[in-house]
Amino acid sequence: MQRFANPGRFLRLADAVMPWAAIAATALILLGLYLGLCVAPADYQQGDTVRIMYVHVPAAWMALSGYVFIAVVSAVALVWRHPLAHLVAKAASPLGAAFTFLALVTGSLWGKPTWGTWWVWDGRLTSVLVLFFLYLGHMALYGAFDDERRGQKAAAILALVGAVNLPIIKFSVDWWTTLHQPASVFRLEGPTIDPQMLWPLLVTALGFMAYFLALVLLRAKQEVLSQRARALALLSAGG
Amino acid sequence: MSAIDAFFHMGGYAAYVWPAIGLTLLVLLGFVVTSVIRLRRTRRHLAALEATRSRQKAAP
Repeated sequence: MQRFANPGRFLRLADAVMPWAAIAATALILLGLYLGLCVAPADYQQGDTVRIMYVHVPAAWMALSGYVFIAVVSAVALVWRHPLAHLVAKAASPLGAAFTFLALVTGSLWGKPTWGTWWVWDGRLTSVLVLFFLYLGHMALYGAFDDERRGQKAAAILALVGAVNLPIIKFSVDWWTTLHQPASVFRLEGPTIDPQMLWPLLVTALGFMAYFLALVLLRAKQEVLSQRARALALLSAGG
Repeated sequence: MSAIDAFFHMGGYAAYVWPAIGLTLLVLLGFVVTSVIRLRRTRRHLAALEATRSRQKAAP
């Protein structure tokens, strides 16, 4: 892993991986949506509203795994004091926020016809809203100091502390009364969802992962180049 | 109702299903567009700085 810590090497790796991740993301997302919207059956109780699941659930998974990614990268950045890891965390957090936003809004659009309400202040919905604010806090804190390194450190600590929210989100549907359904895919006893509905879900989720990878690499590349530009501007100003 | 109409009708839930799908695609695409624009702008900026720098070095 230390080998990719070198920015030049990272840029070469990013350029090599990005096109493949972008192609995989496009193909898998389109295939997943086709399977979910055209091939999978309507639910016997929920009718066609169940099709919202094919974007809602993968977006929610990405909201969580995006945060896990940022927390791990932040730990690496703090322990090994690696500047590149901070930049990767910075590149990832608006993406995580976007997926969390999508999970909240699509969930709301699914809640209205099935639960009869756009929103309830229960454990699951509230803890995911907290996750959204953690992402926003991470983005704000990163740029909150004149000294960039202080902002990076503060943001990394927030990312690690905020990770306590992850098990709360996961188990919120078991711990508290809620309108939200319990886990039906990642269960110890195996999925309870029908394979016809599971497939489009997994394909779209893989597509979202490839999308996340491509965009994190692209945005981290932008951060590396932008840092290089700042260093160069300082050098030029100094003569 | 034709198959196409039925598809867009979504069993009467079109007003919930299509905004959910549409918003997701819109956000994903919007993120790609803004990220690519930012990367291009940074790359141009860096190239300009590098050009200035090499001029400075050439004529001290």
